[in-house]
Order: sequence, then C-alpha cells, then structure tokens
Amino acid sequence: MDSWSPYVVGAGIGVLSWITFLLSDRPLGASTAFAKSAGMIELAINRKNASQMPYYQKVKPKVDWQWMIVIGLIVGSFLSAFLSGNLAVLTVPPVFAGAFGSDALFRLAVALFGGILIGLGARWAGGCTSGHGISGTLQLSLVSWIAVICFFVSGIIVAALIFGWGVK
Amino acid sequence: MPFEAIRSNGRIQIALGFIFGVIFGFLLQKGGLTDYGVIIGQLLLTDFTVVRVMLTAILVGMVGIHVMRSAGLVDLHNKSGSIGSTVIGGLIFGAGFAILGYCPGTAAAAFGSGAIDALVGMIGIIIGAGIFGRLYPYLNRSVLKWGPLPEDTIPEIMGIRPAIVVVGMAILIVAVLRWLSIAGV
Repeated sequence: MDSWSPYVVGAGIGVLSWITFLLSDRPLGASTAFAKSAGMIELAINRKNASQMPYYQKVKPKVDWQWMIVIGLIVGSFLSAFLSGNLAVLTVPPVFAGAFGSDALFRLAVALFGGILIGLGARWAGGCTSGHGISGTLQLSLVSWIAVICFFVSGIIVAALIFGWGVK
Repeated sequence: MPFEAIRSNGRIQIALGFIFGVIFGFLLQKGGLTDYGVIIGQLLLTDFTVVRVMLTAILVGMVGIHVMRSAGLVDLHNKSGSIGSTVIGGLIFGAGFAILGYCPGTAAAAFGSGAIDALVGMIGIIIGAGIFGRLYPYLNRSVLKWGPLPEDTIPEIMGIRPAIVVVGMAILIVAVLRWLSIAGV
C-alpha cells in the first residue's frame, strides 16, 4: 500500500518509542544528530579550537545512536518510497510551486534559510518535533508540551504570513 | 534494570539507532509526512495528518512508557528548559518549520524519498545547529537561563499519580481526534 492511515503510522511511532526506551534507554529524537554533524565539521576545520568548544563537550560530535537515527530515517523512507513505486526526485514541491513559481534556486534558497532557523531553534529549545513533540510529550514533560505548542503557534503564524490567510 | 547488556554495548546501540531510524523513516513516508504539502497543510490548518500522527504516537507511547515505568522496565528522560530556551527556541524553530516545510526528522525522510529541497534543508539545519554551537557560551550565560521551568513531569508538578494524568490525557487526545474527524478536517 502506498500510504497508511495516520492512526496506524502514529501507533507505530508510539510502539517504536517503547522499544527505544526499553533497548536503548533513550527517547527518539532527530535534531541532536544535526548538532553532532556541525561539531564534526568544526573538528575537521579546526580540531584544536573545536575540541574546546563548550557545546561539543555537551553534544559529542561522533557517530553514535542518535546520529544513526538520521541515517536510518533516510534509508527507511527510501525503502518505503521505493517499494511502493513512489520514489521521485523533486526539487520544488507542487504546493510551493503553486504559490511562488517553480524556480528551483529560489526554493533551495528558501529551504536553506528555513533549515538554518530550524537548526538554531531546535538546539536553542533543546529538541525538535521528535524529541520534544513526541518523545517529551509522551513522558508528560511540561517543558516539552510548552515547546511543541511554541513550534506550532509560530509555525501556523509564519505559514499564514507566507501563504496568506485563506489560501489552500 | 533489564537489558543492561544491550543498553551498554556501543556497537549494538549504533546498529539499533540505524534500525530504529529505518522504522521511523518508513513510517513517516507511509504516513505522508515526507510531503511538503502535508506539513504546510497542517500549518495552514487545512490538513490534520501531522496532528493525527503525533497525537496517536503520544497516546500509544505515553500509555506504554508509563506501564513499563511502573513495572520498573524503563526510566523517563525529561529535558530541562526555561522561558528563554524553550519558548524563544520554539518560536524560532516554528518559523523555520513553516519556511522549510519539513522538521529535522521529516527533512531526512523526505530526502530519502527524493526531495532535493529537503537535502538543502538538512544542510541548513546543520549550519543553524553550528551557529548555535558557536553562540552557546554567550547564550548559556544569558537568554537560556531566563525564567527557568521545572524539569518535572506534569503529574509531578500537579502532585498527583501519573496514572491519573495518563488516563486524563488519553481521554483528551481521543476526544480531539474524534472531534477532528467529526469536523471533517
């Protein structure tokens, strides 16, 4: 089947979170891996300075469980799309093209800028839609519930500003 | 704690991280969460797929984690935060979420299913995380410390048994999911 019910997918992610707690003693998250990658690049550029940066003493720049999650995400989604015949190289998503045209460079510049804000914001808040939005909220963490509310309040306002109220 | 041998074995953990990521990515793609249109549709409040997936994951995950915790099988891992960290960081994240149209996990998964803009988004996320890493010593002395929030869970703060909050939250989530399908969004 090409797509599954959101309830089946959500339940699957919920069960996956049981297993990560049980076998790895860790909540599922994605954004830490990006900080580790940034740290690896800092180390490659200047090993001496980077090894003394306080942030990378907290978030160790190495290939570990958290980093492999993101590699797995790429492979798992590839497998799913490939097996259902939905694998398609795409640069400008149709919804974006419908609102702003199909200029690939413009879409990539917007994506890069959005990504920078995500990376900054996720590390600033100590987690993303996975770490806070699913893993933190399911533990009933107050901080994570506040974080996910902020993600969506800000996301809804900015999306409305970008696309204009009422555009579908 | 059971499973200690598995938890403390670095090689097994690297393999498990990969396997868990593969399952997560497979599910995100099957759920349509690798689609820019689905994520933007959620933020424009025209498509509630993302909320359905997240609330179901929270419901199932919450019940299982709390049952296993009371059986002594798992520990909780709450994150600490503050107004300056959680709220300001969350608002910056949300703006980026709307501009990129993917979050860190769905960007990786979207790239896996062929989205080049998601790959560029991932590069942006690394740059943004790197900027935070550079700014961290200054931010950690100032804004990240503003208005500390309790690291505790909601039941700990309310001073009631977790089971009561789990049941209450489960009822609330089911009610919201039911309401979404009645509202037809």
